[in-house]
Amino acid sequence: MSALDSIAIAVEVPRLAQEWGNALPILHEIRHGLERLAATGEPTLIDLRAIPFGPGDEARLLERLGRGEVEARIHALGETLIRETAIPAVWLVDFLNAEGERIALHLQIDRIPGLLMTQPEDLAEAPARLDRLLKELAGGGEAA
Amino acid sequence: MSDSMEFLLWTKGTLFNWALAIFALGMLARLVEIFWLGRAPNYAEARAGQWGPGLRTVFTRSFADPGTFKRSGFDVLVGWVWHLGFIIVLFLFIPHIELIKSVFGMAWPGLPNPVIDAISALTLAGLVAALVHRLTHPVKKHLSDFEDYLTWAVTFLVVLTGYVAYHRLINPYPLALGIHILSVEIFLVVLPFTKLTHMFTAFIARWYNGAIFGRKGVQS
Amino acid sequence: MATSKTLGESLREHGVSRRGFLKFCAATATMMALPPTMAPAIAAALEKARRPSVIWLSFQECTGCIESLTRSHSPTVENLILDVVSLDYQHTLQVASGELAEEARLQAMRENHGSYLVIVDGSLPGPGSNMGYSTVAGHSNLDILLETVEGAAAVIAVGTCAAFGGLPRAHPNPTGAVAVQDIITNKPVINVSGCPPIPTVISGVLAQFLTFGKLPELDAYGRPLAFFGQSIHDRCYRRPFYDKGLFAETFDDEGAKAGWCLYRLGCKGPSTYNACATMRWNAGTSWPVESGHPCLGCSEPDFWDAGSFYQALSVPTVDSTQTLGLAAAAGVVIGGAAAALAKHGKTKAVADREPVTVEQLEQKL
Repeated sequence: MSALDSIAIAVEVPRLAQEWGNALPILHEIRHGLERLAATGEPTLIDLRAIPFGPGDEARLLERLGRGEVEARIHALGETLIRETAIPAVWLVDFLNAEGERIALHLQIDRIPGLLMTQPEDLAEAPARLDRLLKELAGGGEAA
Repeated sequence: MSDSMEFLLWTKGTLFNWALAIFALGMLARLVEIFWLGRAPNYAEARAGQWGPGLRTVFTRSFADPGTFKRSGFDVLVGWVWHLGFIIVLFLFIPHIELIKSVFGMAWPGLPNPVIDAISALTLAGLVAALVHRLTHPVKKHLSDFEDYLTWAVTFLVVLTGYVAYHRLINPYPLALGIHILSVEIFLVVLPFTKLTHMFTAFIARWYNGAIFGRKGVQS
Repeated sequence: MATSKTLGESLREHGVSRRGFLKFCAATATMMALPPTMAPAIAAALEKARRPSVIWLSFQECTGCIESLTRSHSPTVENLILDVVSLDYQHTLQVASGELAEEARLQAMRENHGSYLVIVDGSLPGPGSNMGYSTVAGHSNLDILLETVEGAAAVIAVGTCAAFGGLPRAHPNPTGAVAVQDIITNKPVINVSGCPPIPTVISGVLAQFLTFGKLPELDAYGRPLAFFGQSIHDRCYRRPFYDKGLFAETFDDEGAKAGWCLYRLGCKGPSTYNACATMRWNAGTSWPVESGHPCLGCSEPDFWDAGSFYQALSVPTVDSTQTLGLAAAAGVVIGGAAAALAKHGKTKAVADREPVTVEQLEQKL
């Protein structure tokens, strides 16, 4: 206990409910992206870290977009959380580092986020990898 | 352009001091001379007071009489528009109020920026109209000399550079703001030595006029 | 030491998978302030990029820039970038000391002549000033800089001190401090200003150099446009309040609580170019204006000498009271003298007046 404790401190609650008006344009951009995807198949990427959001803007935007049916996790260089929002074809891709801190946050408007797909190089290597496994199994079988 | 910050600090520092000094020196010299010379003594018996009519005239002469308005409506209207615009922008734009507060310790509420923006645009349009009229009206053109164009130019530049700085039309911004401050400093330096002194002397002249008429018992 | 390995190989050696690499590229795009659609191009370029050798020189600095970089959230993409560069000399971070440390620098210079990067933080006493103000291993900062930069591919001046002279150069500049760009004119100099710079901006510039192997597009101050292309004011979420004329006038009034514009509290956002409003600080948590404090303009030249941090941008940097008083006094004297002269002339004219008769006038006709 020190003399500091006798100082009365009034804690003021910040007014986070305030609208800063920077989330609405993103919703419009998403709408344009959806139209483009439907018409030409061209996906859209929105880097949410490049938007000058006010306090709480980002959280409110994500809350409004809601949750859809799909959720996925990628374990590579830390986790990447991918989830469909309540609006079909609008995906939230949350890049985390090994410590679980966010290093990038994207909105992707696509049928499926590119990162989820098997990468062509990996596909090319896949048969060889399976061959190795088969060989191992065959070798192991002989030994057993 | 890489020294734009240095330029801004120069206009906000050394140059501001010099401009303010020249303005204060010049303007006070003019005013002291005017007041000390005064008017010739009037030995006639006063028929009425001079203070009331004098002060009233300072105010009433701001409005043109019907005859003048009929003869040169354009001058009256455009003159009003840009003079009023200039005064509003000068005294009611928040950054200007901050400047006045820092130099003179006085402050008052300002107007929202979009209102100031619209008024500046109107002021610029008024000034351009005034110049075009001066250049196209034969009598006006004949009567105009270098000083008329000089005072127009320094006034126009102040508003124009302010408008440009507010809308960030020149990059980087320190350069835009520096140019605006520089143009104001040119305005301040030119002021005491040209007809721009009318922003002080017009009211003195009106007062004398009103006072003289008042003393004679004539309505001015 | 720098190796002949490409970045792609180096990352795979770190056990980074292809998805991991793509994620790395997406995060790098964000870090480089590039559109995320650039990620594939970044991937292609990074795959082939070579690990450069980096020599980091610290002069008249407070180590805040290095703190900013190394204390940023770890381990992250920034660290990966630092892992894939070969940081061969940084006298605060390296294990070696004394002769060995200096030898590491010289060796890196010899082995990578013409291709290594030099990062500088801190200003240095310029030519003609007392070199004793700042030395490393008995050599003046100036000599070390000239010697090290001679074989460099490019120089990155990190922090406002290295970029513009910063605090050491503030009036009255006792050490005769100058910026790197004042000395180095024959090599490309990239300025990454800020006191300190945003860590992701430092690594973003490094990543950009790594990725594309060439200098980024620079502004008039030699700063990468990707980060310094827009003013704080233009990207500020409080900008609408400026436009509406809603200002906080003290730090605890209703306006401050409602998050209004901080212009009247001295915000230098309009004249400051940096990425704080979007990149933010502390892993994207917040930035000065969001936490209710005006921007100090720390990434601009002369920011220490640009007047009070808490006075509006439009306020002059000098106190004019004395000048104004002197000028006014002089004006009164001159005006009085002019009036006296005019009065004297008038009196003299009256005194010298000679009466003229009608006859005299008629004679003249």
